[in-house]
Amino acid sequence: MFPYIIRRFMLMIFMLFVLSVVTFLLFNAVPTDPAMLTCGKTCTPQIVEANRIRLGLDQPLPVQYFEWIKGIFVGRTYGSGTQTFECHAPCLGYSFKNGEEVTVMIKQALPVTVYLALGAFVLWMIFGIASGIYAANRKGKWQDRGIMAITLIGYSLPVFLIGLMLLLFVIVRANWLPYPDYVSPLENPIQFFQTMILPWISLAILYAAYYTRLTRSQMLETMSEDYIRTARAKGLPEKRVVRKHAFRAGLTPIVTSAGMDLAGLLGGAVITEYVFSLPGLGRLAIDAVKDYDLPTITATTLVAATFIIIANIVVDILYAAIDPRVRLS
Amino acid sequence: MSDVVLSVKNLSVEFATEDGSVHAVDNVSYEVKRGKTLAIVGESGSGKSVSSLAVMGLIKSSNATISGEVHFGGQELVGIDPEEVRKLRGLKMAMIFQDPLSALHPFYTIGEQLIEAIQVHEKVSNSEAAQRVKIMLDRVGIASAEQRMDEYPHQLSGGMRQRVMIAMALINSPELLIADEPTTALDVTVQAQILELLRDLQKEFGTAIVLITHDLGVVADMADDVMVMYGGQAVEQSPVRELFYTPQMPYTWGLLASIPQMHTDSLKLDPIPGTPPSLINLPAGCVFAPRCAHRNSVPDGLCLTTRPELTTVSSEHAARCHLSVEQRSEIRISRNIGKVD
Repeated sequence: MFPYIIRRFMLMIFMLFVLSVVTFLLFNAVPTDPAMLTCGKTCTPQIVEANRIRLGLDQPLPVQYFEWIKGIFVGRTYGSGTQTFECHAPCLGYSFKNGEEVTVMIKQALPVTVYLALGAFVLWMIFGIASGIYAANRKGKWQDRGIMAITLIGYSLPVFLIGLMLLLFVIVRANWLPYPDYVSPLENPIQFFQTMILPWISLAILYAAYYTRLTRSQMLETMSEDYIRTARAKGLPEKRVVRKHAFRAGLTPIVTSAGMDLAGLLGGAVITEYVFSLPGLGRLAIDAVKDYDLPTITATTLVAATFIIIANIVVDILYAAIDPRVRLS
Repeated sequence: MSDVVLSVKNLSVEFATEDGSVHAVDNVSYEVKRGKTLAIVGESGSGKSVSSLAVMGLIKSSNATISGEVHFGGQELVGIDPEEVRKLRGLKMAMIFQDPLSALHPFYTIGEQLIEAIQVHEKVSNSEAAQRVKIMLDRVGIASAEQRMDEYPHQLSGGMRQRVMIAMALINSPELLIADEPTTALDVTVQAQILELLRDLQKEFGTAIVLITHDLGVVADMADDVMVMYGGQAVEQSPVRELFYTPQMPYTWGLLASIPQMHTDSLKLDPIPGTPPSLINLPAGCVFAPRCAHRNSVPDGLCLTTRPELTTVSSEHAARCHLSVEQRSEIRISRNIGKVD
């Protein structure tokens, strides 16, 4: 088990390195001059050149990469002489568009996205798995067909439609909730929940539909395994057969999907954040793209991809925890 | 008091499918006595497994219809509350399967799976159950049982896994053990060990065994009585000696003739031509008639139009065949099947 985790961990470090190189190159592959973007329309070539030197963009690529990485770990200093600017670690760059360190912007946006993703995750896992098992146990009956039909609808509806409908009916028409206005749960828990409940639901509907189908097909597959017949031959009650024997065996693909989906959302749930005006990572990333805010684009990409890589290793470790054949070979 | 542990009468299992109804088991009757072994022989799709699963109440499919009678332990099992049958499973009647690797749960240790088998039926502490599991594992010949209990099925050899399955089946000392091809997935040497183990345990516990197999060598080794199944029907039922000495119907002859013989010069086996019938559209006549080499010996094409009844030859020997008893013994002599007195 331990060497397995070490191996995975080394792989993760390597993947993070490759990831950083790729994001850095993307930054430089954009067909604009980053220095040009540092000042507005009334820019003189002199200011552009000065900024270029100040940001270190005149240096060769490997040096720039090294400076960037150095910034993440120990911080970096832009410019020289009197006009220096200190960017503390983890420094992900400086956004001229917002006049702020990217790290600060991400620190503000990340919790919003994390709350959004985790809340939706809990909802969809509970409902998806429960209805998946329920449908599998009643395969072919009207309950199963009903659930499958509903999930097909849920799965086909675009998330912005679900979000807008909820917004329209629950808030605009029925006035059951105030208009979404994000505050930290530490500041005002009630307003936080009032703001987050609809985003959670609209995000969870889509995923719950998918997890219902996934759980159902997994259960149907494992229920036909020989060891399920053995469990029944032992005289186990059907509930125990389903929960202890079948579900455990069908869990692996569900865990994989759950890890990847959660990680994907942690990188930003763009549409949901937009619909409910949540100042999260996805919104930050899209605004950055719209504004050609290159340091922010790079940083949000790096953060999102890091979540995926971490989720990968977590899923691998969970795999081993679930399946002794992985753990012991 | 009666020694009969399991008595099956006119058991039929039918599956409704989109292509029509499948008669997987058609009117099968048999008895198994305490400490005795009944072998059910037949090829794939002959209904041998389905009939046993029906006895165990393990046919879960909602489109299955089970009719007939299954008397076990003074109870009629067909038509009663499935919960009652569940309580008997693992306690009074147990089952082992063909492939022990897929029949054991890959994610739980041997110990966990065996302890569970005890605790389903009996309120005992974990440590007491573990103690009983250890004794049982010792009994089925697993060395360093205590250590093995913490291992997972994939860490054991095939023979050991089947020993674990046997231990799990017998841990509550059931009256009936159904063994569904218990040695098919094992090496030949391991097969012999497993069969010997089953025989020993049967002697010790007095378990009645229903042994499902397609291996006539295993039948000769283990069985007291034999039921040959074909196309969902019992085509011949007899004590084991009589089946090998005076088999009564062409399908059984075919099975016996297709065993490799050590004492003949012929290197060619004598297979049964054709394939088993589809259970959806069974022939109107004898189910074996389309593949039977002797159907023309019966006048009026009776074999293809009328299904033969199970008729007795001696008190314990019955077969489904239109051939007369004299014809049968002539053919046996000419094909050199069975024992010629």
